[in-house]
Amino acid sequence: MANVTLRNVRKTYPGGVDAIKGINFEVADGQFCVLVGPSGCGKSTLLRMVAGLETITSGEIDIGGRVVNQIEPADRDIAMVFQNYALYPHMSVYNNMAYGLRNRGMAKPEIDKRVREAAQILEIVPMLDRKPRQLSGGQRQRVAMGRAIVRQPKVFLFDEPLSNLDAKLRIAMRVEIRKLQRRLKTTSIYVTHDQLEAMTLADILVVMNGGIVEQIGNPLDIYQKPATTFVASFIGAPPMNLTPLNAAEFASRVGNGGTLPGAPSGAILGVRPEDLTITSEATPAGGVGYDLTVEAIERVGAETFVYGAHAHQAETAAVSANPGELPPGEIIVRVPGQAAPAIGQRIKATAPLDKLHLFAADGRSRIDL
Amino acid sequence: MQKQSVFTSRWLPFALIAPQLAVVLVFFYWPAAQAVLQSFLLQDAFGLSTTFVWFENYKELLSEPGYFASIVRTFVFAFAIAISSLSLALLFAVMADKPLRGVGIYRTLLIWPYAVAPPVAGVLWVFMLNPSLGVLARGLRELGVDWNPLLDGNQAAALVILASAWKQISYNFLFFLAGLQSIPKSVHEAAAIDGARPMRRFWTVTFPLLTPTIFFLIVVNIVYAFFDTFGVIDTMTRGGPAKATETLVYKVYTDGLLGGNLGSSAAQSVILMGIVIVLTAIQFRFVERKVTY
Repeated sequence: MANVTLRNVRKTYPGGVDAIKGINFEVADGQFCVLVGPSGCGKSTLLRMVAGLETITSGEIDIGGRVVNQIEPADRDIAMVFQNYALYPHMSVYNNMAYGLRNRGMAKPEIDKRVREAAQILEIVPMLDRKPRQLSGGQRQRVAMGRAIVRQPKVFLFDEPLSNLDAKLRIAMRVEIRKLQRRLKTTSIYVTHDQLEAMTLADILVVMNGGIVEQIGNPLDIYQKPATTFVASFIGAPPMNLTPLNAAEFASRVGNGGTLPGAPSGAILGVRPEDLTITSEATPAGGVGYDLTVEAIERVGAETFVYGAHAHQAETAAVSANPGELPPGEIIVRVPGQAAPAIGQRIKATAPLDKLHLFAADGRSRIDL
Repeated sequence: MQKQSVFTSRWLPFALIAPQLAVVLVFFYWPAAQAVLQSFLLQDAFGLSTTFVWFENYKELLSEPGYFASIVRTFVFAFAIAISSLSLALLFAVMADKPLRGVGIYRTLLIWPYAVAPPVAGVLWVFMLNPSLGVLARGLRELGVDWNPLLDGNQAAALVILASAWKQISYNFLFFLAGLQSIPKSVHEAAAIDGARPMRRFWTVTFPLLTPTIFFLIVVNIVYAFFDTFGVIDTMTRGGPAKATETLVYKVYTDGLLGGNLGSSAAQSVILMGIVIVLTAIQFRFVERKVTY
């Protein structure tokens, strides 16, 4: 059991590329920390630095009160589950799990006890004598988990462990990983690019982009109060609607006659698709209203997404394009159920004041309303 | 889409494979049949009359102590060449698989010797190890070795093994490197996290995963040592001194072409052919079964 603390951790590759630009956070004992971000944001590199598979250019990584910068992966008391599982193809499932224990000179009966225990938990007892190639993707995933838990390490590291599974299995394994971690109470760091996985698994969520941390916190807090426009559009699906506003617009649209403290020029207004309502009524006081032309409709069963172009398209062309962000001028509205307007129809979507998010013009900070 | 071609003419398919068939017939089956036939014949000293003698050539050959000595020698050579070139190639491949500066240059240089023709390789080593003017021979003498492969049979054998193994390292290196690179990096990393030190990691993970490559290369190397070392032996020692480097292939050549004993030479060829067939069969088993773990 251990805390993991990262202090101003940096990674610069020999070519001069900064992959990690100074990261600080702490994962408390027994917590499940998820690193989430788009491809190339440095999340896997950071995890591999914790594992000891990548060197640390500067800063400190501390596991259980011990700085591990110069310590070999084997001696950091961590276990890692790899994206491709990295099972030893020539060893049986049993030996795959026992290998790490044998290398540490553990007595045979103890090895046997631990492997059988883990196999029982993961329901892979009938497969102990098989080779990895005789197993399905989900079973291999379990063996990889088993290999990690038999060691009873201080920290589990997961590097996108579910991305090679099909959608259904991914959800089932996600739930199982969470249950297992709750049961073992082992500190875990989990890397994923899937925001849904991140939201459901995390005690503490670290949103990364371009080698820096955008926001750290409880997943729901991050969802409710994203600190930057990047987080706003990355967390939550479909992404938050973001529209830059000039001062006049700000007063007329957001204020709707009322006043808002410190209304900055060029601020970015954010509204989640689920907070917009299609209505013919007037925009609520202090709220926002969009006049939209319906361009596309996606029906997923329980809910329907309406894509509309809003009238002020021309003014909003200069929005910075973060990954996962909507094209400027497009607004998504989530409608519960299947009833939706027709394509080409003109509609009005409104949201009340308490559902609005406001960001500084550069998108790097949140302005509290 | 039709996968199989349909020929409207009955003769066209035969015409199309005829050239290939002709090549195989003329350059393989015909000489092979000739060898089998020849091995049952005995010619008089002047080549004027030929008698059909059934297995007389084989009987005589197998009762000849020199032939058995040659068989043993060939096997010793084959294993010595295979083991030394395989282990060195594996060592080089493991080194060249590491992320090094200029690794491409190392790899290229290690593959180059394969482009050298065996007789050229032979000549090269003869020069370097020539007792009177060789660079390496001088070094050996300074170390106190009484180096003279022209007189000492064991030294001559070592020389042939050295040159032949050197020649084969590149080929083995290439296969080992490919084999090493097909092992996912994450498997090595998982083993490192699992507490296996580099040496233990090599013997418990890397080596077992290379076994298919190793088995394949053992067969290829033995076949090489059996047959393709002719050029090296011919340029370096000509089977001498006192037949110390006369392998089966070289004996076919000396007995038949130099000694004029075509019957015995043919019988030897037939036996060699048998050995090749067995080795090739084994080789195919491993090539077809790509994953053996």
